[in-house]
Amino acid sequence: MDSTDLAIIGAGPAGLAAAATVAGTGASVVLLDEQPLPGGQIYRGVEMVQMLRPKTFGFFGPEFAAGADLAKALRGSAVDYRPGSVVWDVSPDLVLHYSRDGRSRGLAARHVLIASGALERPVPIPGWTLPGVMTVGALQILLKADALVPRVPAVLAGAGPLLLLLAVQYLRAGAPPTAIVETVPKDAYRRSARHLPQALRGWRSLLKGRGWMRELARAGVPWYRGCTGLRVEGGDRAEALAFDHDGGRRRIAADVIALHQGVVPNTQLTRLVGCAHDWDSGQRCFRPRLDAWQASTVEGIWVAGDGGGIAGAKAAEWQGRLAGLAIAGRLGRLDERDRDRQAAPLRTALARELAVRPLLDALYHPSPEVLCPADDVIVCRCEEVTAGRVREAVRLGCPGPNQAKSFLRCGMGPCQGRLCGLTVTEIIARERGLDPAEIGSYRIRPPLKPLPLAELAALDDEAEAPV
Amino acid sequence: MTAPDPAVGRAVATADVLVVGGGLHGCSAALHCARNGLSVIVVEKDTVGRHASGVNAGGVRRLGRAIAEIPLSLAAMEIWHRIADLVDDDCGFRPAPQIKVAETDTQMQALADRAAMLRDLGYAHETVLDRDELFRLLPAVSQHCVGGLASLGDGFADPYRTTAAFRRKAERLGVRVLEGCAALGVEVRQGGFRLRTAGGPLDGGILVNCGGAWAGAIAAQLGEPVPVEPIAPMMLVTSRLPPFCRAVVGAAGRPLSFKQMDNGTVVIGGGRRGTIDAGGNATRLRLGELAKTARTASEIFPIVGRAEIVRGWAGIEGRMPDDLPVIGPSSTTDGAYHAFGFSAHGFQLGPVVGSALADLIVGRRPDLPLAPFRIGRFSASIASTAPGGAPPPTDRCV
Ligand SMILES: Cc1cc2nc3c(=O)[nH]c(=O)nc-3n(C[C@H](O)[C@H](O)[C@H](O)COP(=O)(O)OP(=O)(O)OC[C@H]3O[C@@H](n4cnc5c(N)ncnc54)[C@H](O)[C@@H]3O)c2cc1C
Repeated sequence: MDSTDLAIIGAGPAGLAAAATVAGTGASVVLLDEQPLPGGQIYRGVEMVQMLRPKTFGFFGPEFAAGADLAKALRGSAVDYRPGSVVWDVSPDLVLHYSRDGRSRGLAARHVLIASGALERPVPIPGWTLPGVMTVGALQILLKADALVPRVPAVLAGAGPLLLLLAVQYLRAGAPPTAIVETVPKDAYRRSARHLPQALRGWRSLLKGRGWMRELARAGVPWYRGCTGLRVEGGDRAEALAFDHDGGRRRIAADVIALHQGVVPNTQLTRLVGCAHDWDSGQRCFRPRLDAWQASTVEGIWVAGDGGGIAGAKAAEWQGRLAGLAIAGRLGRLDERDRDRQAAPLRTALARELAVRPLLDALYHPSPEVLCPADDVIVCRCEEVTAGRVREAVRLGCPGPNQAKSFLRCGMGPCQGRLCGLTVTEIIARERGLDPAEIGSYRIRPPLKPLPLAELAALDDEAEAPV
Repeated sequence: MTAPDPAVGRAVATADVLVVGGGLHGCSAALHCARNGLSVIVVEKDTVGRHASGVNAGGVRRLGRAIAEIPLSLAAMEIWHRIADLVDDDCGFRPAPQIKVAETDTQMQALADRAAMLRDLGYAHETVLDRDELFRLLPAVSQHCVGGLASLGDGFADPYRTTAAFRRKAERLGVRVLEGCAALGVEVRQGGFRLRTAGGPLDGGILVNCGGAWAGAIAAQLGEPVPVEPIAPMMLVTSRLPPFCRAVVGAAGRPLSFKQMDNGTVVIGGGRRGTIDAGGNATRLRLGELAKTARTASEIFPIVGRAEIVRGWAGIEGRMPDDLPVIGPSSTTDGAYHAFGFSAHGFQLGPVVGSALADLIVGRRPDLPLAPFRIGRFSASIASTAPGGAPPPTDRCV
């Protein structure tokens, strides 16, 4: 079996920064990523955009250039970069299995950095499974990868910075959204104000947000605030978004409806390996428990970037470098003094990035109707299980997500509960009057992503983890 | 109903019967005891159905049973075909043929020999399939297969739903189920037992040990240590395929259990083992072993080579050296009973073993031969009376 000092999963800002840091000390680094190009979600396809569509580079904002720098550093480094690799197992003894070019292989690592980023929080509202309903993140991928904007204007609904960003990008691309339907409660602005003084330390991101809002207002994009009771209407496909606004019911016709309620850490990998997780009541999600050097509770497993808690691209980069320094230290490639000296400015920069989070978390707290949907709303799309059936399972004695899964098959489909996991935890917690921390989450089993049976069958026996 | 009863922490709760283990066997024993008018408390260290009973392959199989198990298995099968009468839930039971496929003539001969032997013992549930019959029942089976052995009136069920249904029915009959409540020690007292548990002490006149892979601890406390080995058989499930197989299929020459569910997914197992974590309560898959299972499946059913694997898992089960369970009274202590060590084929037996235990407990002679399963068979003094000898055939054949 192949081996390496450090295996990194994810070539976004966190993974790229860590790869550069560790490879720079002479240690061997393998960087695995599903996508064909480096950049992760935020800098998706940054090299292609730069090369083929230099003109569109601008509307992704100046930050996109930071991604170009990270990608360039990778190309000039000794990092063994393996794009198109789907990691489907990581064991606590640090053996990875991944699928690439139709073949699965094992890789034994001395350290593993999980930098697999965030997932969009699913938005289970009535009608969300109809064709025509997308997520804001998915539309943004289309925009970055293929410069595609919907043929017909879209309605953007929900809450969070990404929603506004997409609206601005559509505007700049000449396809302003039909409307923004924001679910942020009106009093959230007031309630989150107490975080403002601290957030000012990260004033750059705040200014950016204000700039977007002004740009959208100037362009006259209809913006409904404090909306509730969202429902996608339609027969075979989405036809309109209905919602309550200012004491009345409104309905906006739309063929494309993009939903968004922020992003949450993708914890599938960290849960698979068995890292301890804590419930983050601010962001309403689980996050792996990490120390000041990004080390998880499993020896040799490190986490950087949004996968450890949502903090954004810049924070991801600083965390990746911090983890890289610590790993290089553990590999004997960097002495403690140098490690700490190089870490100091990173910690300052990181603190500045994190300063704005409490404000954003308070402002963009996911709406209750999304966290705990009504009985008739489907929560598990793979197996078409509704919230009502989850509640019924609790009444029949299922104490947690794993029993509900066995009972209803929710979370048993190809996505292994990536989509319904948090919702099911929230519903059960609410039904039982307990904190989500006590309810826990689905157990994750390999393969993390569907794997062709033929590929498993072809796995040779030496793939067996060293015991 | 699901949280540990807080009252238990304070006072000593009592019941006629204390059952250790909330697997199918513990729940079934509790249910049958309650049907006999006894009060019952079940203690489960995790959650009901968390281990073997909730995650197994769901095979409801008489086919290929050890001779000693056949009477139990036949009796259980009768209950399975009307399982809702017992627990008010169909448990996801689907009647389906169970078929063991022969890939060589030698294997075919061995299957035919077994069928002949069973017939001589008076059992008629296993029948030989020639190549044509095999392909009629399994159109998608690989061309190289030569025949098989079938038990046509078998089936499969949903293991978690089954265990949950037994638990719920037991609770409706007054049984108390305490989850997250490990039994930590047993004290034999005048007229019964005191069970020290994570939720406080419990007193009962009768103790039933249905602790699965962990049952050895209780047996040892009763002074009758047994060689029960925790094993972790592994399973795979695929994405949905168009319907191609309506039987549960095994192989004569290599480990395989294979079935397509109503929703099109294919559940593949067969007994290759994963590992058990140091804590003894969680499993990990051994990918090299799982690869062999995948190879076997795609060689016998080429169509699944195209499928995607969605998930693998393993469950913890207790295995005895002779692959037969321990069922019956303690050899050292009056009032204590065991039912554990089902060696990866105890799901099908669930409905009937609890009933046999309840018979013993209320002093009725069970109408099923339990001698081959006595716990004493492992103690050195009686090692010469080898287990597994054929019991007299019964007329319970279906
Ligand atoms: C992957 C797999 C596939 C299988 N496939 C089949 C099949 O197709 N057909 C078939 O017939 N059989 C099958 N089996 C076997 C079948 O699942 C088991 O034989 C059966 O479920 C055993 O039930 P049980 O109640 O004895 O054990 P379990 O279900 O393991 O229950 C024992 C319970 O006791 C609890 N416990 C133990 N000690 C204590 C304590 N001190 N205090 C409190 N609680 C305690 C445990 O937590 C556990 O929940 C399979 C098994 C596995 C693992």
